[in-house]
Amino acid sequence: MSWDWQVFCQDTMDREVVQGCFGKGGEVTYLDWILSAWGWTISVSLLALVLALVLGALIGTVRTLQDRPMIVRLGNAWVELFRNIPLLVQIFLWYHVLPSLIPALKQVPGFVLVVLALGFFTSARIAEQVRAGIQALPRGQRYAGLAMGFTTFQTYRYVLLPMAFRIIIPPLTSETMNIFKNSSVAFAVSVAELTMFAMQAQEETSRGIEVYLAVTALYVVSAFAINRIMAFVEKRVRIPGVALTASAGGGH
Amino acid sequence: MMNLDFSFYNWDLISNFVLKGLYFSLLLTLIATLGGVFFGTVLALMRLSGRKWLDVPATIYVNGMRSIPLVMVILWFFLLVPAIIGRPIGAEVSAIVTFVAFEAAYFSEIMRAGIQSISRGQVYAGQALGMTYGQNMKLVVLPQAFRNMLPVLLTQTIILFQDTSLVYAIGAYDMLKGFEVAGKNFGRPIEAYLAAAVLYFVMCYALSWMVKRLHQKIAIIR
Repeated sequence: MSWDWQVFCQDTMDREVVQGCFGKGGEVTYLDWILSAWGWTISVSLLALVLALVLGALIGTVRTLQDRPMIVRLGNAWVELFRNIPLLVQIFLWYHVLPSLIPALKQVPGFVLVVLALGFFTSARIAEQVRAGIQALPRGQRYAGLAMGFTTFQTYRYVLLPMAFRIIIPPLTSETMNIFKNSSVAFAVSVAELTMFAMQAQEETSRGIEVYLAVTALYVVSAFAINRIMAFVEKRVRIPGVALTASAGGGH
Repeated sequence: MMNLDFSFYNWDLISNFVLKGLYFSLLLTLIATLGGVFFGTVLALMRLSGRKWLDVPATIYVNGMRSIPLVMVILWFFLLVPAIIGRPIGAEVSAIVTFVAFEAAYFSEIMRAGIQSISRGQVYAGQALGMTYGQNMKLVVLPQAFRNMLPVLLTQTIILFQDTSLVYAIGAYDMLKGFEVAGKNFGRPIEAYLAAAVLYFVMCYALSWMVKRLHQKIAIIR
């Protein structure tokens, strides 16, 4: 078997090899394309991550409220709903089903729908970790906050959440890496991210091995970068003398 | 707001399209779980063997698989396996091979945690009885590791069942595909996707509820 890495220097229109590998003027080489696809993967993942963190923190927190059984049940229902439907099916729901039920969604680009799907899907998993993190804290912490004269909101804001978020950094790290991997499912609704690129470029060039190797390498690089960033964050926010642990959830 | 019409779902359609796909989804889940647990246990034992030439390749394999999206692994195998064995294989066979190889990496981490959860005293007791390494693993450590990890293994199986929908990428005929084809044939794609979501939800919710019950039971016995 022979390698042909020149494939990335080819123009996507006439398949001529371009000097310097980056297209000039109107030209687009496969190298330009894969970098733009990486950009789409990163954009989808980061936006979904923000959405998932906000929603997940909120829902995970309300699931630990002690005298609001209705809200707790709603939170639980949210988690069960988004956890028990495959992500690909959820993406189809957002892309095909919801726009026909809610006409306003027809104007929304596919990219946004994928961000919403991935964000909501992941929010359920993060909500589960936030809940576990809060419940892993000794009960006394909550009582101490209330005894200080804090309201419930203040107890969460100043006592419980700062501790809980430190505990759950390891599972949040894997969840962040999962978002990057799961963004690959966006290929199914034609968002021009890495997996979509891999499938199309393989089709066009018949150089599957080179294309898949490059795309896989970019996924691995992304995963490693997140891992390092999160390790740095974990180190920075560590409370001296306190070792906190909570069980992590599984998942792909 | 459009009108939803589920009346086209009759038994013929369900048995022709949905059940055909459901059968493959379940078959894939079953084979991938059994194969994944088997090879995962082998990988876990390699990583815990304390021999570098076993540990290093297993670690590279497990971490490699875990850092690539499943869809990419599916595409890789669909491309590579026919090239290696020199003849084309169907999307379904390719999917089965992929899932066993991929899930082995995930199950190996669960089994490794399970094996490490067994206290050293158990191993020493086995050795004191004159057991070999193999006997000790087979008779003392692994049965307990399986038992401790059963809820986690089952949870992973539910995730696996959901992930079988990703064989969409290579066009294998699974449950989602069954619904999709039915929806296209009858001009009712919206209802098809909705029904697929409901069926996946009911199955996964029921399974995870049962796992939760099992978890509580095991927790009480110990």
